Amino acid sequence: MIPPSFDYHAPSTVAEAVGLLAQLGDDAKILAGGHSLLPMMKLRFAEPAALIDLNRIDALRGVSEEGGLIRIGAMTTENQLIASDLLKAKVPLLPEAARQIADPQVRNRGTIGGDIAHGDPANDHPAIAMALEATLVLTGPNGERQVPATEFFLGTYFTAMEADEILTAILIQPFAPKTGYAYTKLKRKTGDWATAAAAVVMTMDGERVASVRIGLTNVAPTAMRASDAEQFLVGKSLDAVTLDEVARLVRAVAEPAADLRGDEEYKTAMAGEMTKRALRQAAERCR
Amino acid sequence: MNAPLKEREQALMGIGESRLRKEDARFIQGKGNYVDDVKMPGMLHMDIVRSPLAHARIKRINKEAALAMPGVHAVLTADDLKPLKLHWMPTLAGDVQAVLADEKVVFQMQEVAIVIADDRYIAADAVEAVEVEYEELPVVINPFDALKPDAPVIREDLAGKTEGAHGARTHHNHIFTWEAGDKSSADAAFANAPVTVKQDMFYPRVHPCPLETCGCVASFDPVRGELTTYITSQAPHVVRTVVSMLSGIPESKVRIISPDIGGGFGNKVGVYPGYVCAIVASIVLGRPVKWVEDRIENLSSTAFARDYHMSGELAATPDGKITGLRVEVVADHGAFDACADPTKFPAGMFHIVSGSYDIPAAHCSVKGVYTNKAPGGVAYRCSFRVTEAVYLIERMVDVLAQKLGIDKAEIRARNFIRKDQFPYTSAFGFEYDSGDYHTALQKVLDAVDYKALRAEQAAKRADPNSPTLMGIGLVTFTEVVGAGPSKMCDILGVGMFDSCEIRVHPTGSAIARMGTITQGQGHQTTYAQIIATELGIPSEVIQVEEGDTSTAPYGLGTYGSRSTPVAGAAIALAARKIHAKARKIAAHLLEVAEGDLEWEVDRFKVRGDDSRFKTMKDISWAAYNQPPEGLEPGLEAVHYYDPPNFTYPFGIYLCVVDIDKATGETKIRRFYALDDCGTRINPMIIDGQIHGGLTEGFAVAMGQLLSFDEQGNIQGNSLMDYFVPTAVETPKWETDYTVTPSPHHPLGAKGVAESPHVGSIPTFTSAIVDALSHLGVTHVDMPHTAYRTWKELKRLGVAQ
Amino acid sequence: MSKKLVSMTINGNKVEEAVEPRTLLIHFLREKLNLTGAHIGCETSHCGACTVDIDGESVKSCTCLAVQCEGADIKTVEGLASGGVLHAVQEGFYKEHGLQCGFCTPGMLMRAYRLLQENPDPTEEEIRVGMSGNLCRCTGYQNIVKAVQYASRKLREPATDTVAA
Repeated sequence: MIPPSFDYHAPSTVAEAVGLLAQLGDDAKILAGGHSLLPMMKLRFAEPAALIDLNRIDALRGVSEEGGLIRIGAMTTENQLIASDLLKAKVPLLPEAARQIADPQVRNRGTIGGDIAHGDPANDHPAIAMALEATLVLTGPNGERQVPATEFFLGTYFTAMEADEILTAILIQPFAPKTGYAYTKLKRKTGDWATAAAAVVMTMDGERVASVRIGLTNVAPTAMRASDAEQFLVGKSLDAVTLDEVARLVRAVAEPAADLRGDEEYKTAMAGEMTKRALRQAAERCR
Repeated sequence: MNAPLKEREQALMGIGESRLRKEDARFIQGKGNYVDDVKMPGMLHMDIVRSPLAHARIKRINKEAALAMPGVHAVLTADDLKPLKLHWMPTLAGDVQAVLADEKVVFQMQEVAIVIADDRYIAADAVEAVEVEYEELPVVINPFDALKPDAPVIREDLAGKTEGAHGARTHHNHIFTWEAGDKSSADAAFANAPVTVKQDMFYPRVHPCPLETCGCVASFDPVRGELTTYITSQAPHVVRTVVSMLSGIPESKVRIISPDIGGGFGNKVGVYPGYVCAIVASIVLGRPVKWVEDRIENLSSTAFARDYHMSGELAATPDGKITGLRVEVVADHGAFDACADPTKFPAGMFHIVSGSYDIPAAHCSVKGVYTNKAPGGVAYRCSFRVTEAVYLIERMVDVLAQKLGIDKAEIRARNFIRKDQFPYTSAFGFEYDSGDYHTALQKVLDAVDYKALRAEQAAKRADPNSPTLMGIGLVTFTEVVGAGPSKMCDILGVGMFDSCEIRVHPTGSAIARMGTITQGQGHQTTYAQIIATELGIPSEVIQVEEGDTSTAPYGLGTYGSRSTPVAGAAIALAARKIHAKARKIAAHLLEVAEGDLEWEVDRFKVRGDDSRFKTMKDISWAAYNQPPEGLEPGLEAVHYYDPPNFTYPFGIYLCVVDIDKATGETKIRRFYALDDCGTRINPMIIDGQIHGGLTEGFAVAMGQLLSFDEQGNIQGNSLMDYFVPTAVETPKWETDYTVTPSPHHPLGAKGVAESPHVGSIPTFTSAIVDALSHLGVTHVDMPHTAYRTWKELKRLGVAQ
Repeated sequence: MSKKLVSMTINGNKVEEAVEPRTLLIHFLREKLNLTGAHIGCETSHCGACTVDIDGESVKSCTCLAVQCEGADIKTVEGLASGGVLHAVQEGFYKEHGLQCGFCTPGMLMRAYRLLQENPDPTEEEIRVGMSGNLCRCTGYQNIVKAVQYASRKLREPATDTVAA
């Protein structure tokens, strides 16, 4: 498995990268962690004439707190998310979820930005970003613009990002105290994509749900929010009857594609089950 | 030199010692020499153009664009091989296989053309540039469909051929029907039986998937007329014979070298089109040519295993004594019959299917069928088709136990061949050498507290809120390994003996050369231990070499757990020839009669006199310096060992699982494996082999599957999908043993590496079914993925 | 596509070569530099046989371009032993029978080498998770876990005895 030939560019600034993208046009692809793109090139499913490697742009790496928001550079790797004390304190869902992505080596290369920008519903960060109500920072020839994660994913491999733009950062509101969270992922083995997964961010008022956001991975053409289930949950206690109804509402909106992980029926059922489990775990953490 | 006996014994590191491995030094320092590490001056790289379709006529192949690329030396198709008569080749199973597709393709990923280029990057580009125009033909994937009267003809080259290598062909997609046992007595047993059970089961298509794929470096020297080929082969000598027969190059000018091999598991027994193509390319171009397949090619085209559709029946008395067994199999062999079995056994040793049980009447028949799938049918870490056979009988015994309401341990104990019945001749004619099944079973039941497990299960079943279903799997298997006696077993007419040549040097060190080839089993370590014990030479100074046909004696290779049963015996007997000569030399040196000598660890001493002795080291020197008159100088021997019988290792495996009712995921809570492989040569290595075999069995039972869609597109053929468990998924194994030596093997050893694979797979199924048995389930087909298990739970109405 | 000059440090040695941008690091190591310790097992970043250490991180070199390693400090299995003495992870794999065919071993060793720097005293579960990017078809991992435990002990309490390379 050998990739086809291409030209390679390794800009050191975002401006340089955006300039290259404008200049090379559709023939160029952005190289982030490379663990989706390079295998696709080896299989010759993708044959870009040029790669613009973002790995040399230091400004795209790291987690910081700016203006009351957590800012994560798009080229921050999964292992950097796991290691970030700031995230552990302020957005602990991300380190928890990142541990469930790929394997230790791949997590050294795979980036949160690459995972999101690829637009693959099987990737984990899209649903997590939606549950976090993250804001995505896109940089193009005309500067930066911000797009809510909930409006970013338009179809499989199809996002709100223009061809001349680069995803440069992810902005997230820090968790309020006693925010519960969980990412539950059913997978066949280490390194696999989710058969189904659910991200939950939740607050409770005593025994009742005060607010909740649910993101679903790999059960529809894009990552999605389970809005009906979210609305239903507000004001409820998480008893068995409520959880069953939530699972039903999640199943009602899931439209997974059958593959070797399972047929539509199984994946739909698992979307409901993973949501239940995530809610239970999140509730524990609200206490 | 008069150290205590114990110390002298330990210094040898002989049989029974957990000697650390001699081969590790190079592997842990990155100094292994695997085939892709081999580089030769002027070496070119080969890559293969493969069919995207499962069944199609080739209308046209356009090589021009590829040939025009800088760095491309040749593009060859079947038409180019035709003048050399190398466009087809014989298979080990008596069929022929297209080296490059001749007029049509019959499975997806079939080899259509090869390109030879300066490096692997250019070769990969050139593969893309070869244009092949196809006309699609109807595809048949299911072997039952393939046998319908109007099924597509897969093998047009066999038109009108009504007699195959294994008897009459009754349909254009029929390969053979092979039978064993006595049908009339089996039928009679069923006619009179108060109890009968029948169960259909499918053992799906899987792949051995060694971490190193297959490959070779072929180098033809046009001046000397010699061909040297480095090849990932479990049977280098057989490859040499095949290559000589195919190419016409005298066998003496063909040198096959199996370098370090990154796992075989049956995948590296056969001769593949890629090897033949690389050899042809080297002959045509006069330069060395390397071919190494990638993982997708490996899983798609070289040597799958299993794909057996089986139907079993047992007849029994009301108290569970089995009186008859009938088995029918439809075997999907893919588009060519390229199984790697002893020639006379198109279904291998499948007739071990009566298992560990004393069954008076039995019959089985196996029908081989062509489909539009890749050829193969190799023994994936098992002796030929023994895995399938053990799976069937172990499942059937469970089914019978369930029907009669008898515990599955109890019904086994009632049917075991008793210790006093050995040697025991089965209804299929196998002569089981030795066994003590009752003792082993009891040891396992005690170790796991079987009664307590059953009580726990009953409590769980009584609790409707339990989130899990608990299952206990039990298997009591017997393998037949060590193929085999040449009166029964051959490969392409060569008897399945194996060989050893030992040379003891003047200074008392030794070298042994073998016809087998290690792929991780640690031969360089364990073979030396055998010699150490037999000859009193420390293991440390014994070199073991294998894999180079120009230096090693002819042997049939390593697969089917045959190395210890066959080659291990050859070593012992070669050593004993040296021992006999050493005795003569010692008698001469000590000036006594041979009969006055006794052997003690590392020396001959005058009987009853510890002060008068000659060590093996003394004798070695004397053999080259002052041998007795009339005796040849030197101290070496060769032995070709033709085993009188197979060996029959056995084991008792027990597994406890918990199935998540909501997701279908199965947690292996406990797995206890007791193996009896006879005499244990290196317990550390045995344990390692068992861990590995259990893990491969776990992979097969719980996830491995190569499936195909209706168009014949192969599914799951990369490590993204194909289940190779990591350290996280793999259960923790508990191992145990008993020792029942083989009476006919010089060391009493039986072979071990494949037992854990063969035995564990039905144990997992037994456990899964056990978890569902109270719901009336008698069988669930593999793989037991969360998805498939959940579908079963859903069907039963217990999915949460 | 023109070649690019890359320079990096591999096992302490400075290396400078012109490569096609598409050259994968694993091929660069194996074909250009004859460092054939790291192996190719799956090519889709699942098996970890190609694992090397780049700037203090374990990386699957089949899914990394050589040009991406400009200026990098790389360690491969060939650079593990030093001063004629095996590294503790090498010794552990030898002593605990943590390898059979040896094909996955270089990747396993390089991953274990880094894991024990990330987490010098891992639990068994942490070892299993930490090694989960590396596939082995032979050992069933049980002895690999023991090998890493052995190395962990040895690195924390350096004994006087060593095993010569």
